[in-house]
Amino acid sequence: MATVSFTLHLCRFGRNLCKTLFPTTSSITLLNPRRRRIRRSISFSSSTFSRRFSTVETSSSSRDLGYEFGIVDEKYDVIVVGGGHAGCEAALASARLGAKTLLLTLNIDRIAWQPCNPAVGAPAKSQLVHEVDALGGEIGKIADRCYLQKRVLNASKGPAVRALRAQTDKREYAMLMRNVVESTPNLSIREAMVTDIILGKNDNVEGVSTFFGMKFYAPSVILTTGTFMSGKIWVGRTSMPAGRAGESASHGLTENLQQLGFETDRLKTGTPARVDIRTVDFSGLEPQHGDEEVSWFSFDPDVHIEREQMCCYLTRTTSTTHQIIRDNLHETPTYGGWVEAKGPRYCPSIEDKIVRFQDKESHQVFLEPEGRDVPELYVQGFSTGLPERLQLPLLRTLPGLENCSMLRPAYAVEYDYLPAHQCSRSLMTKKIQGLFFSGQINGTTGYEEAAAQGIVSGVNAARHADGKSLIVLERESSYIGTLIDDLVTKDLREPYRMLTSRSEHRLLLRSDNADSRLTPLGREIGLIDDRRWKLYLEKQARISEEKKRLKSVKIAGGDLAADVTRMSGQPVKNSSTLESLLKKPHIQYGLLDKHGFGDKNLSRMERECVEIDIKYEGFIVRQQSQLQQMVTQQHKPLPEDLDYYAMINLSLEAREKLSKVRPQTIGQASRVGGVSPADITALLIELEAKRRKAQGQRMYKMMNAIQANTQDEEPKVSLTETTRPG
Amino acid sequence: MAMVMASFRIVLHTNTYNRFFHPPTLSTWRRCLLFSRAFSTNYNYSVVVKKDERLGKRTENENSNVVNSTTIAAIVTSLGGPPAAVGIVRLSGPHAVSIAGRVFRPAVRNTWQPTSHVVEYGVVLDSDGNVIDEVLAVPMLAPRSYTREDVVELQCHGNEVCLRRVLRTCLEAGATLAQPGEFTLRAFLNGRLDLSQAENVARLISAKSMAAADAALEGIQGGFSSLVRSLRNQCIDMLTEIEARLDFEDEMPPLDLNGIMDKIQHMSQDVENALETANYDKLLQSGLQLAIVGRPNVGKSSLLNAWSKSERAIVTEIAGTTRDVIEASISINGIPITLLDTAGIRDTDDIVEKIGVERSEAVARGADLIIMTVSAVEGWTSEDTKLLERIQSAKESTGSSTPVILVVNKIDCKPSAETEWDKGCHSHKIFSKQVFTCAVTSQGIQDLERAVLEIVGMDGIAAGGRRWTVNQRQCEQLVRTKEALVRLQSSIKEELPMDFWTIDLRDAALSLGQINGEDISEEVLSNIFSKFCIGK
Repeated sequence: MATVSFTLHLCRFGRNLCKTLFPTTSSITLLNPRRRRIRRSISFSSSTFSRRFSTVETSSSSRDLGYEFGIVDEKYDVIVVGGGHAGCEAALASARLGAKTLLLTLNIDRIAWQPCNPAVGAPAKSQLVHEVDALGGEIGKIADRCYLQKRVLNASKGPAVRALRAQTDKREYAMLMRNVVESTPNLSIREAMVTDIILGKNDNVEGVSTFFGMKFYAPSVILTTGTFMSGKIWVGRTSMPAGRAGESASHGLTENLQQLGFETDRLKTGTPARVDIRTVDFSGLEPQHGDEEVSWFSFDPDVHIEREQMCCYLTRTTSTTHQIIRDNLHETPTYGGWVEAKGPRYCPSIEDKIVRFQDKESHQVFLEPEGRDVPELYVQGFSTGLPERLQLPLLRTLPGLENCSMLRPAYAVEYDYLPAHQCSRSLMTKKIQGLFFSGQINGTTGYEEAAAQGIVSGVNAARHADGKSLIVLERESSYIGTLIDDLVTKDLREPYRMLTSRSEHRLLLRSDNADSRLTPLGREIGLIDDRRWKLYLEKQARISEEKKRLKSVKIAGGDLAADVTRMSGQPVKNSSTLESLLKKPHIQYGLLDKHGFGDKNLSRMERECVEIDIKYEGFIVRQQSQLQQMVTQQHKPLPEDLDYYAMINLSLEAREKLSKVRPQTIGQASRVGGVSPADITALLIELEAKRRKAQGQRMYKMMNAIQANTQDEEPKVSLTETTRPG
Repeated sequence: MAMVMASFRIVLHTNTYNRFFHPPTLSTWRRCLLFSRAFSTNYNYSVVVKKDERLGKRTENENSNVVNSTTIAAIVTSLGGPPAAVGIVRLSGPHAVSIAGRVFRPAVRNTWQPTSHVVEYGVVLDSDGNVIDEVLAVPMLAPRSYTREDVVELQCHGNEVCLRRVLRTCLEAGATLAQPGEFTLRAFLNGRLDLSQAENVARLISAKSMAAADAALEGIQGGFSSLVRSLRNQCIDMLTEIEARLDFEDEMPPLDLNGIMDKIQHMSQDVENALETANYDKLLQSGLQLAIVGRPNVGKSSLLNAWSKSERAIVTEIAGTTRDVIEASISINGIPITLLDTAGIRDTDDIVEKIGVERSEAVARGADLIIMTVSAVEGWTSEDTKLLERIQSAKESTGSSTPVILVVNKIDCKPSAETEWDKGCHSHKIFSKQVFTCAVTSQGIQDLERAVLEIVGMDGIAAGGRRWTVNQRQCEQLVRTKEALVRLQSSIKEELPMDFWTIDLRDAALSLGQINGEDISEEVLSNIFSKFCIGK
């Protein structure tokens, strides 16, 4: 055991040394295309010191378990704890990168379960899904394959906030994802309750041990515990330990993490009741149909298979609903005062809505099917902490539900999470090397948020196990980057949901360009296969061709010009380019099509891309230049070992907060609460001074060395700070 | 060891990042989103001539020296003292040349083609194309400059008003007002200053920012910051309305478009008003000069004494007592005012008095405002007409249009004059105002002050009420806000999708928020949750 970690140590030291001495070598090595695909490589590479994936290392470790029983399989590259939406995405990414991956879950039958609303997407969330898909993730494909209904939201409110939302079949979703997980090479699944993290000698993770005494080893471990860590569910005043209704919670891990020095806290969320769809009278309710023209999450046309859609319905609360709630407020956890944890603000319980918005006579309630062959109906907007005996009478006050029967009561769940400032933006914890957190454990909510973190931690866990650099998505690059930056930088005390208003430059982070933002990265990482890459390149080529064509083709008068004049209210000059027509208000690509000036070979998505690029060019360019203004400075890295307390020019608050968060860049530092622009200036000065001092010392050492070698010659170079930065 | 490992990881992060986003892999990118544009585009405005020296150098300098991509501007010569012959506005940053190119017109050519360290003569134009000042432009291109960035210095006339107008024009052309010590800070960060100076810079910055914080704290009580705050809150409120509809589409009633338009109109007006007081600010700093002129013995000196509540000038019954120009300082609603009492203007043979009269006329020409005093007892006389003509001809020769207030003094001696006066000489349209006073009893002094305020356009300021001023920095924020609101209005008029409105609203809120730099996203979100019933 000791020898192993020693060698490992040495390897890393050697590598580190190598980087320090020849800083340029590292980037050259990184650019070497042969290192890109790790799936094949098993042996040590002679050109680098990095340790390869551990397929051949069974002989070197785990002695204490007695390998005479042939416990060869207990060593992995990556262990993922939890089989929810973060866990699946993480395990798939890691396995697809060639890492030998183990997925540990409490219940294999509940892999990729949608315990709350079986829906994927909505504003900002759909961008996350597109981005995960662009990187080579799975969530978008599964949602596309098992949707019950799809709608584009915000269709007319701008390309950056346009969002796709799919109601999914929850059983089909879980089944499809489980099939993918089960059929992925390098990926094993095992039921287990993880209770402890096994540590190595250098504050690094070595594996996990389970409730029943098993030990699984891996240099990378991802925790995606969801609501299960010390989970407790509440209905009315009654509570029981559970991760979800009917599923036992996991115990012991929180205490273990606390012992390791992690800060934990508690969050609360909930889910509304489900009613039997056969007992609801939809005749008087307002139907909500899906879109006629279906849109897709995935950029992979293979999953674009249309299916029959189901209908959702809209009902409203009545005065009786409000009366029942007001009469029984003392029976709810919040107003009865026995649960202090506050639920998320964007997901208030119905009693919250009624108390806080007293002048509103009625609230919308959406009825959404949970599957094609399950009778359950999700009552959206109606979550409650009332005891079960009051829940059915309450449901029956809603029009259409007068005679409904309830299948599952609404309940709330409380669980442990680890404030994510303890992670860096790679999602690896700052304390323990090789330990990653993803999903609700980081304080988020939502399948999409979980999947987004999952793919990042999966990729990084595999790369860590392979001795490669970790990948960080900058805040400005994507919603994924924004999400993670917010998590690790801000002090969040309620479940974090992605919203478009959280992104400062959302016009640049649209769903239509998620692939052109992230697919090249996905390709570099190794998650985009040749087929997807070819599709991608072809699509981009078609789009740029079409843009060129629109720029060059000119029209002189004619029906098109007349139509444009009429619709935009602006005159059309003679010999205008098609591009200039498209820039006019209210003119869409469809109009060019109508007059035979469009390109029939382009798909709908491609036309949309062309249209957005041209139509909103001015705004996009402006946002880019604004972004550029801040990016140069914001991306300046901060050393991890900065002693903020010693920086007397920082405000006291800034010193405290920065010491706690330990930001990785100047930009991140500026987003930490309580850090003022003046603090950032002071920090920049400290950094520069530090750099110069270091440079001065290097010079001094060099001089000494020279002096030692050539004693007879007096060095004539001044040792004070006269050098220029390189 | 752990430490070394840690910092090593950072290095790798950076490498990885560059590796993925640097140009080699970009050639195939379709839209070259942030990264390609961010790293490969030159942000030159069309004004800049193609033979710009830095185009060639840019690539090599890009990573080493450019810490900041904003271009800062400030008046770098001292202000507040006696006017100097020359004052300098300095621009530093990657856009220094293009911004200077927008405001500067060389005398010989139409466009400016800067050669580093070569002085060129020309004028500064404001956005409407009016000449503001004649200047010398000195380009000092990176890295051969104080900050190692592109620096352009505009050497203007030392007059504070000139300097401020040139600076404001630069800010309108895209520069950002430099923070205290920022040129030095940049010089340091770009490796221009040596290490021993670092700590001094740091101390300077923190001291200045502390002073600024104090000033900001002071501002909190003041009217200006409450206006800015209220403007900002309105922006945030509007953002809240819009963002709520973007993030929670099907749960919200439709937006009240007319209400929004009205609100924006209202805000633009507020910003406009606040910008007008930038004027007041200038007045506050430079003050006004008021020349009291008139025939001998109409009570000019008494007026000065009464107004300044002092015995500054000698008052006698003898005509021609005042020989030299006498100054007294007063303040009207905070505007510092220098009263200049002059010798009575008349044809005289007394040499001393003659010089005094000449001086009086010179003072009258140079003053911001002339107070022509006549005596109610004697009424309008032919000498008064003559005197008026002299002032007028002086005015014509300098081409200025100094406003003149007619003060009818000694009204106590002839109260009827007040009603009769107009019948006599209302033909003199040259007077902007007409006030009746009695210097001895201070009667009418308040009317006189009001008249002064009205003429300089500050009559809206209730005495002691609008105690706030718009300084240059606030002015910059307001200019940005104004621009953002104009763009916003055009977005709405062009019926661009709602999301585009938020871009400019955010801009406006950000500009307004620079005083306290709050996080908009969080604020908008908590606003949404507290205001609307959100959540299915």
